Amino acid sequence: MSSFFSYLINGISLGSIYAIIALGYTMVYGIAKMLNFAHGDVIMVGSYMTFLMASSLGLPPAVAVLVAVVVCTVLGITIEKIAYKPLRKAPSLAVLITAIGVSYFLQNAALLIFGANTKMFKSVISLPAIQLADGSINISGETQVTIVACVIIMIALTTFIKKTKAGQAMLAVSEDKGAAELMGVNVNGTISLTFAIGSALAAVAGVLLCSAYPTLTPYTGSMPGIKAFVAAVFGGIGSIPGAFLGGILLGVIENMSKAYISSQLSDAIVFSVLIIVLLVKPTGILGKKIKEKV
Amino acid sequence: MKKKMNLNKSTKSTLITIGMVVVTYIVMMILTQAGALSSLMKGLLVPLCIYAIIAVALNLTVGILGELSLGHAGFMCVGAFSSAFFSICFKETMAAGPRFFLAIVIGALISALFGLLIGIPVLRLQGDYLAIVTLAFGEIIKNIINVLYVGRDANGFHFSTKDFMSLNMEADGKILINGAQGITGTPHDSNFTVGAILLVVTLLIVLNLINSRSGRAIMAIRDNRIAAESVGINITKYKLLAFSISAGLAGLAGVLYAHNLSILQAQPKNFGYNMSIMILVYVVLGGIGNIRGSVIASVILVLLPELMRELNDYRMLIYSIVLIGIMLFNWAPKAKLFREKYSLKRLLKKDN
Repeated sequence: MSSFFSYLINGISLGSIYAIIALGYTMVYGIAKMLNFAHGDVIMVGSYMTFLMASSLGLPPAVAVLVAVVVCTVLGITIEKIAYKPLRKAPSLAVLITAIGVSYFLQNAALLIFGANTKMFKSVISLPAIQLADGSINISGETQVTIVACVIIMIALTTFIKKTKAGQAMLAVSEDKGAAELMGVNVNGTISLTFAIGSALAAVAGVLLCSAYPTLTPYTGSMPGIKAFVAAVFGGIGSIPGAFLGGILLGVIENMSKAYISSQLSDAIVFSVLIIVLLVKPTGILGKKIKEKV
Repeated sequence: MKKKMNLNKSTKSTLITIGMVVVTYIVMMILTQAGALSSLMKGLLVPLCIYAIIAVALNLTVGILGELSLGHAGFMCVGAFSSAFFSICFKETMAAGPRFFLAIVIGALISALFGLLIGIPVLRLQGDYLAIVTLAFGEIIKNIINVLYVGRDANGFHFSTKDFMSLNMEADGKILINGAQGITGTPHDSNFTVGAILLVVTLLIVLNLINSRSGRAIMAIRDNRIAAESVGINITKYKLLAFSISAGLAGLAGVLYAHNLSILQAQPKNFGYNMSIMILVYVVLGGIGNIRGSVIASVILVLLPELMRELNDYRMLIYSIVLIGIMLFNWAPKAKLFREKYSLKRLLKKDN
């Protein structure tokens, strides 16, 4: 029973990372109606930045994380300005290919700058592990921080969207871009803000991911990125609580199938669950059903 | 009179496309005979056919059916493994010619069957949801093949999803599919001639489908599903038809791929979602729904990184910049204005 709980907690921790990444996917999708394939690679940039600051320059972890968040935010806004903004009116496939281009660009730029060698990421979290139930359940510092960070981010983001003007503007733009513009909402500014928040979250996710799984390569971000994308779809893409729920569920399912069924088949199981959920609820768990008008 | 002209137009377009492939094939064969091709280029001839076939196959789904699929590498994987499995089973007992022919038929049919089975539930979804589910299927197929162990001894076939030992074979047993190590010893049956023939067959199938009654029904569904349904088009039937043909053709590319290498493994780089995305790039750059464009774009984009080999580390970086640049040039409003201002047609008109 105690091993079940440790699998569960580790699953929630992994799921929290997916949830933080999925929030970025879902917000961008909700506002710009595009699949930002480069999101996973922003995670990788965030991890490399933290690695550079903490391990090479010897800065304290908090400063390193802060630098990574700032760099990723700037990167997100820049990518949006250069690559996505001119394509607002282009067909969605053209934007998708551009996002893939950006993803290739970030991966190969990282390959040139940092090399193909795997870097060993030193965890930035130095909390002691908690022992529960007479030491049979061990919760590491990374796990605690990840879960707490995810909950804080979730609450902060929900409050931001509900209570602030900028948050309401985001909701309005995702509902109807044209109408929002007529009501005086700065649509371009709102989209930039969304990319900024999404990228900052990606940096945080990168730090947490590499603290828990300490190998860092230029391709580190791509698989978690795809999984988080799956999580966003799972919960209903465009919905913020959906991304949270989808991320946590995905992490738990992945860890449980690794522990009890087969570690090699865990990805197949995760994807099968996604397919079953989508067949029962075609817009994800918390997704809104859009009625087609004839 | 007008009707006849229209009919000729599509036939002419088909002939131009096929002719292009045939001329390229002849030129390449002459160059090979003359020894003017480097070994690198010679090695690229079969992959060029493979990518052109799968790009045409994906264009049928993306451009003609209008549904985004990110799982075509999965169908390619099915075609590759089923045909390679057949080939190593009959490696000693059949002559190379008929064996390869059967392998091609089997690979294409099995992946078309997979396309049908996956299509029945999946094609109910729409847009990005369909894209993510096809991606998921592609990953599942790759994942399952990686844990599949098949061996054969005097008692027949043995299957396992654990490891080599749990096959429980007799001493004379031979392993056929060895999990993540894949299939070893596939006969090297693919060559440029077969590749070119299969490409022509693929083009004939797809172009004839597009110009047929079924093709028009499929495109009607793409343009407006509800309107198509209201005039009595059976949506499910035509969607499944297009999707399974597309999957079957992707399997065909897989057969060529499997018989071009002696070791076949399902890795992220050859059958993962990255591969599906790469083929999607060919399709979009060639023009969505433009079959000839897919062939040209896949040839150029396969050659481009290879020709830039001297730039080694920088080539993929340049490739990505070219990709973003083309998209911006095609679709950004400012680039559109620029093109209209300095278009060749207009400049020529001015002179007159």
